[in-house]
Formats: sequence, structure tokens, C-alpha cells
Amino acid sequence: MVTRQVGFLGSATDEGVAVVVDVRLPNVLRPLVGGEAVVTAGGETLREVFDDLASRYPGLGPSLRTPEGEIHRHLNVFLNDDDVRYLGRLDAKVGASDTVTLMPAVAGG
Amino acid sequence: MARYDSILDTIGNTPLVNISELSPNPRVEVFMKLEGLNPGGSVKDRAAKAMIEEAEKDGSLSPGQRILESSSGNTAAGLALIAKMKGYPFTVVVPENVSVERTKLLRAFGADIIPSPAGEGSNGAMRRAQALAGEHPDWWFSFQYGNPANPKAHYEGTGPEIWLDCPEVTHFVAGLGTAGTIMGVGRFLKERNSEVKVWAVQPPAGEKVEGLKSLEEGFVPPVFIDGDGYSLLDRSRVVGPRESIQWARRLADVGIFAGISTGAAMAGVARCASEIDEGTVVTLSPDGGWKYLSTDVWTGDLDEVAERARHELYF
Repeated sequence: MVTRQVGFLGSATDEGVAVVVDVRLPNVLRPLVGGEAVVTAGGETLREVFDDLASRYPGLGPSLRTPEGEIHRHLNVFLNDDDVRYLGRLDAKVGASDTVTLMPAVAGG
Repeated sequence: MARYDSILDTIGNTPLVNISELSPNPRVEVFMKLEGLNPGGSVKDRAAKAMIEEAEKDGSLSPGQRILESSSGNTAAGLALIAKMKGYPFTVVVPENVSVERTKLLRAFGADIIPSPAGEGSNGAMRRAQALAGEHPDWWFSFQYGNPANPKAHYEGTGPEIWLDCPEVTHFVAGLGTAGTIMGVGRFLKERNSEVKVWAVQPPAGEKVEGLKSLEEGFVPPVFIDGDGYSLLDRSRVVGPRESIQWARRLADVGIFAGISTGAAMAGVARCASEIDEGTVVTLSPDGGWKYLSTDVWTGDLDEVAERARHELYF
């Protein structure tokens, strides 16, 4: 996985400190990453992972964050299975075996 | 007292049962409130009753007026039961991918069912109900996702009941659907003891949202936004169908026959209990297992049942 020399991954692997995580996308966002269900991204915090995603998939950026830099209100972001809104939001630390899952906000009832 | 003038008086005051033998941490006690014992079979009887009675009081619902709602089944059952008793005709938009027991139960109470496409999930059903409400201004749309009577039913009922039965509660863990339960109970408990932590569980959006054309079609219930749910919650976790079904099966060990969303709540309880040092976790079982028998939750091969559940709405 770390062999992909793009964006954050490229520069960080040179220093040997890259954390690479899988990012799982819902159907509605897949067209923005060439149809993939899972992509990889690098960073030590969720903010860095989002920065990396936005630089490699410019169309995806506005679906992740508002112009003010907050997580899009209709997007739920889970680090493994925990909602990052309660783990420090964009400052949430990510580890090497983590998976970031993006899901649209939907209701039950 | 066990004698009542009306079935509606039996809504609420459900039992809270010690199920600590399922706790993964010996220093954490676990209690479960059994909402499946309400007459319509779920926690949603509380919101249904509160929404109707509040509307009767403020005059927005008049005798004989048609009630409209969208629901994956439980709110619909509560409303259908009460509407039948009180003489209101009732129309409900129900996603096609709910278990067959749910629609049969609704028919038992005489509800008019309008099916909505499975791929649009609960949100699609809600949008259709909103459109119907626009076309029929003479109907009363209860709109459970935005009706303050929904969380209020839990702030005034479920929350105080838990506090009365278990004042030592340190954590409340419950599912997030309309957010009514968690907002009402969570706010009440935190007002009594600011140290109480509130953990939510939710199912993966998964197949429910295949029909979503953009993120903007996503939906956060006004009940959650208006009550500042983001500040109220301390943790929120997504629990998949497989883990939910495994826990629904394990609950049979303590004699509790509950639905898949109760299994999801238990998965949240287990995580909570294993992360904290000691405490008392209270959780809520939204409904019993009856409405899921046709889906072979307890009797089928786990992988097959979990795969099927990915395509059904159970929250």
C-alpha cells in the first residue's frame, strides 16, 4: 500500500513516517474517486487524511468539508466504527491499521 | 396497580432488568429497559401517544382528521393503534424493505399503507410523506423526526423512569433513529447527574441509501439538531447487522427475546463496559423479536441472515 507515490504518501514515505489508512466510500461519493469503493490516504490526523484525499481527488474535497473547514453536516465519518465527532473531530489521531468510513447521514424510525 | 381503563394507560412504565451476566466487565452492571412490552410492541408507542395528545391539546389535530406519518414500522404501529382507538383515519408511508410482520401488524390496526422504494430507505419514505402533506393540507402530519413531542415523551417518561429505578446509572447507551429516545433520556439524565455519559449506536447506512443522489439528500433529524445532539452525545458508534444479530441471539441466554436494534444496542453496551473501569450501564430495547421471526434472526445461518439484514430496515 505504501508504495503508491502520490500526494501526502509520496512525501511522507520519504521520511518513513507515513500512516496509510483505508478510506471506504458510500455509493454516492464513488464517482468522485473514479468509482472505487475503497481508496487509501495518508496522514496522522483525520485532517491530514482529508487534506490528502482532497489533493488527490479534487472533486471529493467539498463533499468532505464545508468552506469553513468543518465536516460536512450530512456526512458521518467513522474511525473504525467510532464517529469522529466524539473523538476530536478533524484532530482525531489515525493509526496504521485504521479504516476511515464515510457514510451519508440518514435517519431511522 | 395492574387494572387500567384504557390500553393507552399501559404505555410506558416498562421494566428495567438486570442483565449483568452479559457484561464483559465484572465491575460493570448492565440493565435493559424492555420497551417491547408496550402495547404496540415498541418504544415508539410513547412518541406516538405524546405526538397525538399534544396535537389534540393545541388544536392542530381535530376529531376525525386523517393522520399521516412515514415510518419503518414501529412508530407506525404505535400511531395505528392509537388512531384506531381514537377514531382517526391513518395513512403511513412505509419502505418496502421492512419485515412482513410490520405491514401485517399495521393492517391489523386498519392503517392505509403507502409503500416507498426500498432503495430510498426511511429518508425516501419521509420525503414522500412530506410531499403528501403538501398535497393534503387537511391531513395532520405528525413528522416524528421534527416533532418536539417525540423527545419530550422520553424526557418526561422514559428518562424519569430510568432515574427512579436506577439512580446509580453512569452510562446510557441507545440506538439513534429519530433521536427522540436518546435526546429525551440523555438530556434528563444529564440534568440529574452531569457525570452521566450518553453513547449512541446506529446501523451502517449501507444499502439503505443506494438511491441517494447526493450527500445533500442525507438527513439529520431536526429533533437531534434542535436539541444540540452533537453536544449531548459523548460517543457514537456504528454497529453492523452481523454483530447486532449475534447479540440478539445472546440475549436469549437471559430470557430476552428482542429485535435486531436491541442487539445493536447491546454491542454498544459491550464496547462501553469493556472501555470503562466500573459503572452501571443502562440500555434500552426498542422492540421485541416477534416482528423479525420471518427473517430467521435466531434460526438461520448467521452469515446468510446478516447478509439479508443488510437489505432490510430494522432501525
